[in-house]
Amino acid sequence: MSKLSQLFVQCKNENRAALIGYLPAGFPTQEGSINILKAMIKGGVDAVEIGFPYSDPVMDGPVIQEAAELARQNGITMAKTLEIVKEISATGTPTLLMTYWNPIERYGIEKFAKDFSTNGMEGVITPDLTLEEALPWLAAAETNSIHPIFVVAPSTGDERLKVVTSNCSGFIYAASSMGVTGTQSNVANTASVLVERIRKISDTPVAVGLGVSNRTQASEVAKFADGVIVGSAFVKAVLQNPQDPTAAVTKVAQELALGVRER
Amino acid sequence: MSIDEKVAGKFGQFGGRFVPEALIGALDELERTHAEAMVDPIFLSELAHLNATYVGRPSILTEAKNFAKHCGGAQILLKREDLNHTGSHKINNVIGQALLTKRMGKKRLIAETGAGQHGVATATAAALMGFECVVYMGEEDVRRQALNVARMKLLGAEVIPVTSGSRTLKDAINEAMRDWVTNVADTHYLLGTVAGPHPFPTIVRDFHSVIGNEAREQVLALNGKLPDAVLACIGGGSNAMGIFNRFIDDAGVRLIGLEAGGDGIETGRHASTISGGSIGVLHGTRTFVLQDENGQTIESHSISAGLDYPGVGPEHAYLHETGRAEYRSVTDAQAMEAFALLSREEGIIPAIETAHALYGAMVLGKEIGPDATILINLSGRGDKDVETAAKWFGIEI
Repeated sequence: MSKLSQLFVQCKNENRAALIGYLPAGFPTQEGSINILKAMIKGGVDAVEIGFPYSDPVMDGPVIQEAAELARQNGITMAKTLEIVKEISATGTPTLLMTYWNPIERYGIEKFAKDFSTNGMEGVITPDLTLEEALPWLAAAETNSIHPIFVVAPSTGDERLKVVTSNCSGFIYAASSMGVTGTQSNVANTASVLVERIRKISDTPVAVGLGVSNRTQASEVAKFADGVIVGSAFVKAVLQNPQDPTAAVTKVAQELALGVRER
Repeated sequence: MSIDEKVAGKFGQFGGRFVPEALIGALDELERTHAEAMVDPIFLSELAHLNATYVGRPSILTEAKNFAKHCGGAQILLKREDLNHTGSHKINNVIGQALLTKRMGKKRLIAETGAGQHGVATATAAALMGFECVVYMGEEDVRRQALNVARMKLLGAEVIPVTSGSRTLKDAINEAMRDWVTNVADTHYLLGTVAGPHPFPTIVRDFHSVIGNEAREQVLALNGKLPDAVLACIGGGSNAMGIFNRFIDDAGVRLIGLEAGGDGIETGRHASTISGGSIGVLHGTRTFVLQDENGQTIESHSISAGLDYPGVGPEHAYLHETGRAEYRSVTDAQAMEAFALLSREEGIIPAIETAHALYGAMVLGKEIGPDATILINLSGRGDKDVETAAKWFGIEI
């Protein structure tokens, strides 16, 4: 069983949700992103989702766009992302990658799956890979024991929800609302409806992302989801505290970690 | 459970859908609405009526006898899309999609624009049919196409300058996609070219096919035979697909797309996606893209804002791969040479985009000789480019 799957079992036993933290690779620098990811883990993040900064991130709001652009300017590459994955997964924390599709295709689907999984990456979130285009990826993921994680949205129809969720493993990424990444005010209502629909057709854990940024929201989402995904709030903490980003990130993680335990 | 193997919207290995799951429902709805509309006599007659009484169709065919001297003496026929309402071919697709929007019951139109022609056309249709309209335009393009920005505002549209990435067309598309993901329930994204996720490449091609349908008839009526070659400029490739489509089955007719060569492909500063790019995924479709070894999109360069795009419609990628169409590259300097020649020889100031196709005819005409007939899609007029052209030729304004 993967560390990620073990985590969801453990969280279930502890009657809480898992806290999953996102950070773009190489943000603000190569070394800096490793330190910040470690600071997130120190503060109570249970699993990390490392984003590969891409030139055309249509699912990301302004905060993550800014961070990804900074990382790109500082020279992030797939090879450097692989180094970050290697170092973070060595801490024992379940390590996932989030990337738009083109960089995987460019790297080579098989080679990507092999290189990254042998360096500890357990799953990949692919926000713009539709299932219709995913057959080669699903094959490569299976061969290399990678969890393929697809995003479903409140607008996803019933039939499609069945097909997409049945092809996810590790967890199902439920987008809390219609929109892009970033802070949103009313997360829990639409998300709870979607999660309820998924529960009826799937036993795979469900994690909710997009818009969760504070302890209250984390706690609300933790009441119905198995995992809470937070990205922009960490990125913001880094951007707003250039002097001591790691301390700021640890503090945000600590608050959120309390939230996912308040069911 | 198995995945449905039948993937709609594929052109060989190209096309398809690479989009956030949140958009699938809207794309399905659009695909369904388009399919139903295209066999609905009421829809088709409404479209034909607007084309005839609002757009100004059919557009005329002009023989350019003076310009022909610069094309090896070949017969040069210009399909005058520049004479359409709003000044380019873009209106064809916009009227069609605006009618689809009405059919879907949506109230808000969003669009991306590079040169501003598609934005102006969308703002026009929105004014006519009573939609709220938001146009995303790269900050860099807002600067170089100020006239069109003013036109859009006069038409009642909101123009949002996009400051992310390279601040050009590709980033305007990203921003429009983000808006659409967020507001998809009441908003239609009126994509302006034959790119993007299925069904856009098919829809946009279908609404522009009127260009080739008319031109084929007009050339036959004039010459009693088909042209030897059909030329069009290629950014995303909508005017080219529009004029190519009806000729694809005419095996003897060469189809040639002219991409923007910028400073020259060898300099790396160009927008020749097919000639100088590689296969990848951009803006929801698999096609040729300008990208680096990490799959990051490389910024394109062209004097023409409308061709300044690092991707290309997937059907063009397919026509290239199968060899049915040829794609060549024309530099800024070459395009401006043709721009000046057509202006002086024929009294027609073309869009700089279109000037790329005109230069292509100057080269091709010399290759195939004076007995040949070359049909060129004169996709737009050059009023919007007067400032750029004046600067290029050192004319004070």
